[in-house]
Amino acid sequence: MARVVVDVMLKPEILDPQGQAVQRALPRLGFDGIADVRQGKRFELELEGPVDDAALARIREAAETFLANTVIEDFTVRIEEDGK
Amino acid sequence: MTLDTVKNAEQTPDSAQPWAELGLKEDEYTRIREILGRRPTGAELAMYSVMWSEHCSYKSSKVHLKQFGEKKPSAGTAGADAMLVGIGENAGVVDVGQGYAVTFKVESHNHPSYIEPYQGAATGIGGIVRDILAMGARPVAVMDPLRFGAADHPDTRRVLPGIVAGIGGYGNCLGLPNIGGEVVFDPCYQGNPLVNALCVGVMKHEDIHLAQASGAGNKVILYGARTGGDGIGGVSVLASETFDATGPAKRPAVQVGDPFQEKLLIECTLEIFAEKLVKGIQDLGGAGLSCATSELASAGSGGMRIELDTVPLRDNTLSPEEILMSESQERMCAIVEPGKVDRFLEICEKWDVIATVIGEVTDGERLEIFWHGELVVDVPPRTVAHEGPTYQRPYARPSWQDALQADAPSASRLARPADGDALKADLLKVVGSPNQASKAWITDQYDRYVLGNTVLSSPEDSGMIRIDEETNLGVSVATDGNGRYTKLDPYTGAQLALAEAYRNVAAGGAKPLAVSDCLNFGSPEDPDVMWQFAEATRGLADACLVLGTPVTGGNVSLYNQTGETAIHPTPVVAVLGVIDDVTRRTPIGFAEPGQLIYLLGDTTDELGGSAWSQVVHDHLGGLPPKVDLERERLLGEILIAASRDGMIDAAHDLSDGGLGMALVESCLKGGVGARVVVPEGLDPFVFLFSESAGRAVVAVPRSEEVRFNDMCGARGLPVARIGVVDGESLDVQGQFSVSLAELKDAHTGVIEALLA
Amino acid sequence: MTTRVGVVTFPGSLDDRDAQRAVRLAGAEPVALWHRDKDLHQIDAVVLPGGFSYGDYLRCGAISRFSPVMETIIEQAKLGMPVLGICNGFQVLCESHLLPGALTRNDSLHFICRDQKLRIENAETAWTRDYSAGQEIVVPLKNGEGRFVADQHVLDELEAEGRVVARYVDLNPNGSYRDIAGITNAAGNVVGLMPHPEHAVEPLTGPTTEGLGFFTSVLKQLVNA
Repeated sequence: MARVVVDVMLKPEILDPQGQAVQRALPRLGFDGIADVRQGKRFELELEGPVDDAALARIREAAETFLANTVIEDFTVRIEEDGK
Repeated sequence: MTLDTVKNAEQTPDSAQPWAELGLKEDEYTRIREILGRRPTGAELAMYSVMWSEHCSYKSSKVHLKQFGEKKPSAGTAGADAMLVGIGENAGVVDVGQGYAVTFKVESHNHPSYIEPYQGAATGIGGIVRDILAMGARPVAVMDPLRFGAADHPDTRRVLPGIVAGIGGYGNCLGLPNIGGEVVFDPCYQGNPLVNALCVGVMKHEDIHLAQASGAGNKVILYGARTGGDGIGGVSVLASETFDATGPAKRPAVQVGDPFQEKLLIECTLEIFAEKLVKGIQDLGGAGLSCATSELASAGSGGMRIELDTVPLRDNTLSPEEILMSESQERMCAIVEPGKVDRFLEICEKWDVIATVIGEVTDGERLEIFWHGELVVDVPPRTVAHEGPTYQRPYARPSWQDALQADAPSASRLARPADGDALKADLLKVVGSPNQASKAWITDQYDRYVLGNTVLSSPEDSGMIRIDEETNLGVSVATDGNGRYTKLDPYTGAQLALAEAYRNVAAGGAKPLAVSDCLNFGSPEDPDVMWQFAEATRGLADACLVLGTPVTGGNVSLYNQTGETAIHPTPVVAVLGVIDDVTRRTPIGFAEPGQLIYLLGDTTDELGGSAWSQVVHDHLGGLPPKVDLERERLLGEILIAASRDGMIDAAHDLSDGGLGMALVESCLKGGVGARVVVPEGLDPFVFLFSESAGRAVVAVPRSEEVRFNDMCGARGLPVARIGVVDGESLDVQGQFSVSLAELKDAHTGVIEALLA
Repeated sequence: MTTRVGVVTFPGSLDDRDAQRAVRLAGAEPVALWHRDKDLHQIDAVVLPGGFSYGDYLRCGAISRFSPVMETIIEQAKLGMPVLGICNGFQVLCESHLLPGALTRNDSLHFICRDQKLRIENAETAWTRDYSAGQEIVVPLKNGEGRFVADQHVLDELEAEGRVVARYVDLNPNGSYRDIAGITNAAGNVVGLMPHPEHAVEPLTGPTTEGLGFFTSVLKQLVNA
């Protein structure tokens, strides 16, 4: 079965309170040198059929209308190769 | 990229400026040039455009809102005497005794909640909470009056879950109990939901703070979240015109709330107040720093100088215009004496809150803003904050108003139930209609327990909070507003909203003291809408005068419409009451079998705008119920006295759905049934479904019956003993009987089923 | 000598004052503890209160668990000091590995606030000795991430050792495995509970006063010790 990964991130200009809270905590735990943290969501979609253009188009549509809230989020769609 | 400095503006008087894109009218732009004696800089233009917008300047509504001050109840009335801070500040403040002061305000966040339901509703809570905090008070409770389109409409399904989750997500994380509000469905709100938010705060008298900057040399401190490009979509037009011909930077119109940051801001600010480190304070809401700096300077005695490049940013590409306009959430601005700055910053550090001195109060009269040493704003602050344009918009009674009022729900126009079975069927329809059904699915997503002082909360008539654990002093708040009534007659509709909220507060046992209002209307450029607005404000102001409850503040939301179609005029009225001993509060639920049920007030055939006419016939026409404010006041006094003296164990106000609905709610809440008899001379249908105002139903212990009757008789309030609390069903004798199980089944699960 | 019960305030703690009130009503002296302060100020027991510490960002309790005060509390808990984690406090205890399992998003995916019936399963912990085993009580429940999950063998071990302290009755509000509302460590001094007993201590503001027993229990435990 083929796997397609959809990563959803808040748009760069949108405040990410979660990422900021994590970033502020890191130096307290001794993890220095990290300038910024942004937190997102990863969806792994297992396809029944082949990953063709039509399937990817459908997934993009699903991401656009459902998985991501495009008012505040961006998304990327990629195919995960075997063995990864 | 050239910086548009004041010097540059003087040297290039004829540069074209995007005033129209920023929403200014030509004469407004001309007036800005007259005020400044030159063209405004880009930053100045941005400030004026946003501060002179309808939202910030109230330019269409101001001439009508004046009445709330002019018709203020006179000294000697409880409400007037209790007023400590009136309209014009972030929120009004009311004396509730024992040295305590309470501040409360209701505000709209309608349009942002339509665009992004979760964040729109969340930041609505955040904004009103900061308003309350800025007065010096600890926020202690929130409420949310909500209006959605038809319950089964796709738009409602799109916005409702997000709005409810946003209110819960932000309010719960802030640790504020959500103690009430409303949820109303009507097709007129499709594409334009109303998300109003109310917050109540408590402080001691000496802790009241005001938004003013005085004392030359005092520092201006910006603290809270970093400033990002939130909510400045409109201003990026300006940024692009002035600085970057290749196109505007992408700036999000949506603001994202961070309730955790706000919680830290609250605790940090309260600690700062407790050490008396602040001379003046303002929260940053609409129009961000533009609003905060110009309002603080305008209300104070001197001028102000700001070094804008010291503002901590989340996005380093922001231009000065954008920093001034940014509506990034969770920020406050304080005026602090130089000797107290270190301690102020220390407390901020303790709470992990970023704080920066960004300027100081000057002995001049100008608000001067610098960007890396260059003067980019030099304005008289009053002209930005308090002397914006005012319009006398034309208004006229709509041509359709007479026909609407003539279409009364008479027995010949709308078929009425003819026998007991039909009455029962109609009652079940009303009980199970989205507007009357249980809202538990929504309110159970809100924390009602946190802070440990919630005495009454939804579905009670009012939300009640204990404010002193030793003395049991408390306050209660109810919000009401009926768009259907107000559409039929805006003057009366607004008065009915006040009357109902007043009655709800009194039914819980608290004495009504003050009012806050959120006036939700369509476009002020439509004379029909403007007439509704003029009538509703006149009605509300007149009624506040009679009831002795001054308007302490609130908010106006205009342009609520989809295309040409305005929403029903929806003035939401919040009434604040005080109760000396919260242990005497009266809940709505019938609890003790054997107690006697009394109906207080007069019932006549009044079905215009009623729940029954909507649910059974999908009809809106005729006139709303009549208002008798003296009667409302008398009823209120009786309810409060009866509660204080232990003469009643339950009380429920009668409103949407009439007596039938009130009985069902009191039975279901208490888990006990009732047997009632239709009084002689009254039609059973009118008895159960009329929505005559000035009424309540109460449960009287038998031992108190004589005393209760004597009191009502002596005061001249008509009362009728209509039955007894008993059994496991609602029996209307000679008509029908319906089991509590059947009622509960109809009443619950409705909202979730529609949204599933 | 009055018993001193600490209540920790993390950034974003919400029910800290309410826990202090419950401690006071139970007859002990509440001591406010600050997350940055390692010093426990001579307390005899400690409550980690409800709320959204650090906004529940990353994972509930995941950032608080690393605060200085937790270092000392973890040490003392291992030496037997009674620790009660309520709601967010329970999440902190799981993140700290003082208790097994984890708390995840409610199965309804909604925050839920309701009056919840519980059965006390173990009346021998430091925080439950004023109850009897099998006793049913009603206290408020309010959480968004209250669904207790753990591996099968951990659940079996908890059951076998009697370490399930309380279970949801009539209705499982969040999908917790085996209706678990609260658990304890093997020694019985550390208890995590998702519902809020501190909101059922006064007839005026709570559905019942049946939550007070948690706070009186620890007093008895300490006096007898």
